[in-house]
Amino acid sequence: MKLRFRIHLPKTTIVSLLAVVFGLIAGAILILATGNNPFEGYSYLFRGGLMNIERVGNTLATSTPLILAGLSVAFAFRTGLFNIGAAGQMLFGGFCATAVGLTLNWPKAIILPVMMIAAITGGALWALIPGILKARFNVHEVVSTIMMNWISYWVIYYIIPAYFKGSYLETESRQLPHGASLKADWLTHLFGGSYINLGIFIAVAAVVATAFILDRTVMGYELKAVGLNRYAAEYAGINVNRNIVLSMMIAGALAGLGGATLYTGNALSMQIGVMPSQGFDGIAVSLLGSNSPVGVLGAAIFFGILYSGKGFMNAMTRIPPEIADTIIATIIYFAATSVLIERALGWLKQRKRGA
Amino acid sequence: MDYVVEMLNIRKEFPGVLANDNITFILRKGEIHALLGENGAGKSTLMGILFGMYQPDSGIIRMYGKEVHISNPNVANALGIGMVHQHFKLVHNFTITENIILGMEPKTGLTIDIKSAAKRIKELSERYKLNVDPDAKIEDVSVGVQQRVEILKMLYRNAEVLILDEPTAVLTPQEVNELMNIMKSLAAEGKSIILITHKLKEIKAVADRCTVIRRGKLVGTVDVAAADESQLAEMMVGRQVSFKVDKQEKEPGEVILKVENLSVLSNRKVLGLKNFSLEVHAGEIVGIAGVDGNGQSELVEAITGLKRVESGRILLKGQDITNMPVRSRIRSGIAHIPEDRHKRGLVLDYTIADNMVIEIYDQFPFSQKGLLNKDSIRSYAEKIMNNFDVRAGQGADSAARSLSGGNQQKAIVGREIELNPELLIAVQPTRGLDVGSIEYIHKRLVDQRDKGKAVLLVSLELDEILNLSDRIAVVNNGELVGIVNASNTNENEIGLMMAGIKKGVEA
Repeated sequence: MKLRFRIHLPKTTIVSLLAVVFGLIAGAILILATGNNPFEGYSYLFRGGLMNIERVGNTLATSTPLILAGLSVAFAFRTGLFNIGAAGQMLFGGFCATAVGLTLNWPKAIILPVMMIAAITGGALWALIPGILKARFNVHEVVSTIMMNWISYWVIYYIIPAYFKGSYLETESRQLPHGASLKADWLTHLFGGSYINLGIFIAVAAVVATAFILDRTVMGYELKAVGLNRYAAEYAGINVNRNIVLSMMIAGALAGLGGATLYTGNALSMQIGVMPSQGFDGIAVSLLGSNSPVGVLGAAIFFGILYSGKGFMNAMTRIPPEIADTIIATIIYFAATSVLIERALGWLKQRKRGA
Repeated sequence: MDYVVEMLNIRKEFPGVLANDNITFILRKGEIHALLGENGAGKSTLMGILFGMYQPDSGIIRMYGKEVHISNPNVANALGIGMVHQHFKLVHNFTITENIILGMEPKTGLTIDIKSAAKRIKELSERYKLNVDPDAKIEDVSVGVQQRVEILKMLYRNAEVLILDEPTAVLTPQEVNELMNIMKSLAAEGKSIILITHKLKEIKAVADRCTVIRRGKLVGTVDVAAADESQLAEMMVGRQVSFKVDKQEKEPGEVILKVENLSVLSNRKVLGLKNFSLEVHAGEIVGIAGVDGNGQSELVEAITGLKRVESGRILLKGQDITNMPVRSRIRSGIAHIPEDRHKRGLVLDYTIADNMVIEIYDQFPFSQKGLLNKDSIRSYAEKIMNNFDVRAGQGADSAARSLSGGNQQKAIVGREIELNPELLIAVQPTRGLDVGSIEYIHKRLVDQRDKGKAVLLVSLELDEILNLSDRIAVVNNGELVGIVNASNTNENEIGLMMAGIKKGVEA
């Protein structure tokens, strides 16, 4: 079979890259304002993310849940839905995987797929409710997914101490046994002791699968048609409500998988009272990746570099670590106002022609 | 000097398109001057230059004999040039007065002096017979009134030159007549009006002179009184155009569509269609005539399955389809050219190729086992584009959004006819199109009839209904007023029926 993915319009790529450049420039100004050298700061920031094989591994591990959360948001976006509930879906999906891992004592090769299926199911279920509310009663998914985030948060808050309490801390679940985690010795060794795990393969596979679904399948055709123009979809006899529910479920499944990579790969236990910030960063990743699966992959890895490099920058210079967060925020800002960048590009082009 | 505007030797080039090539356009004081051309001929560009939206590459503009540089629309406004765009620019929850003064509010201290503004608007409205209530909100008034508000906006700003861009495209026949009267009274008061249009009938009705543009070039300026419609059409299209559709007499065949006592709720949750019955036979075109909003869309949406039926039955070739889902109806042989090509007809961000299979993408050869076959989708789309003369920059891979309105419509018509339907429902199939495309689409509808298929034509253009239909069903207020044979009726009779006066019923 021939696999051919549409390469996204160079324009959206240019806009995303410009957003990154502008964000870095704004960050440089801020570093200057704190009385430090931006070149030095950036060199430590990127070295912190990429300096050696171990750090590369950590960067990839940091990126893994971001990739999946970004895919979740992007998938919903492509079908006309705004999924702000990735955090709650990650929590619940991650919890389902953890619960399976802590309960069943099966060989690794069997338990891992079962855990991932549990995560997919949990995330999908969590998104199913907003999907049905949207399709049936036209409840806006932004409102219902945010509410589902908090329901997830408190459900976990109750269940973890009640049924999966850790040996020392009230606020944490028990540690997953090695046989029920995504960590793999060969991968840890390959990356010089990094906490990278099998999650990265799951994430990359999800990128490929999402791109394939969106671009090559009947299902993707219907989902996108509903997202781009639900009236035309209705006119052509596409079941709009079913596709809304389906789209939310797939988005939830992706976020649920992201939760599994976070709680059973990067970490080995779940804490209560913490909403995974990756769920919200997913929105930024999706935006910067212009809602395309491949773009999401790139954006998530870039964010991963910034996140895992900021500690190093902080240790080596006197630049406050908040600068890295500020850069990320600025990039999001520029990506969100990409219309302005596009307009500026158009204006430049016109001026060039006039000259 | 009685020339208000002189645009001399205007040239404007866009990347790859010479939109205006050495065009000269002269507007006299107090005249209604029509600017005629097909879609994409360069009318809008020329007027955009006059209104300051584009700068000409060469050529000069004079007003009252003095050369002017109109660098942006504000300059145009200051020079007394006003434009009514095709899509109105109004704030819907503001009153008419508030909309008109927006941007130049008369102030007393810190407050807006609405009262004096309303008074002046009332005076203007009475002077030009615009009949507008300054205190009404935009969302409560009809499209026709909204357009008059746009005209008032210009008058309030003391515009002497009024540019109307396709002003009748959104109006009902009655509103068109009102607008024409308004234009005449404006001209009589000394305003100069430029009317951008491709409707020859309107030009004959109101314009004094007419400038024709074809493919960016000036064809000529003529006195309207001295030219007839077919001459104007020939100037516009560049060849002879026939208005009469060639249609052989044909005996209709079996009943294809049977609508029995159908009642349907409108969007406002009242009965939009009441106890409506109609038959459409194979090999005939049945036209639905009526003023917009008298039950046409309820009827069409009920037949196509987009709207639930309150009571009554719909039969297609004897099979009850009243509660069938949309997709099954399409499979049973109903095709539908929708009223609004942007809302329902196309997914504008899909390619033309993807749009051409929107009803059949899940069938072989376009997909197999859930996977799309892009090659066969593309070649199918290319076939439709060839057969129906759809022109697009990048062929089947062009985004539907990038096509001109006429090409979008031809693509939809092609897609629906290519389904080879038993029943083709065409709603306003030529809305907003130029003469060439209209002629073409009419021919394809008649072809469909001649092949022995049933066609249900819904249109607000009475000429279109009269020319194409074999039988005409007239609706008023959701009810069937009567059905007449097209061969022995006329505009007058249909017009009366549209107003709800039943044929043959003595008063």
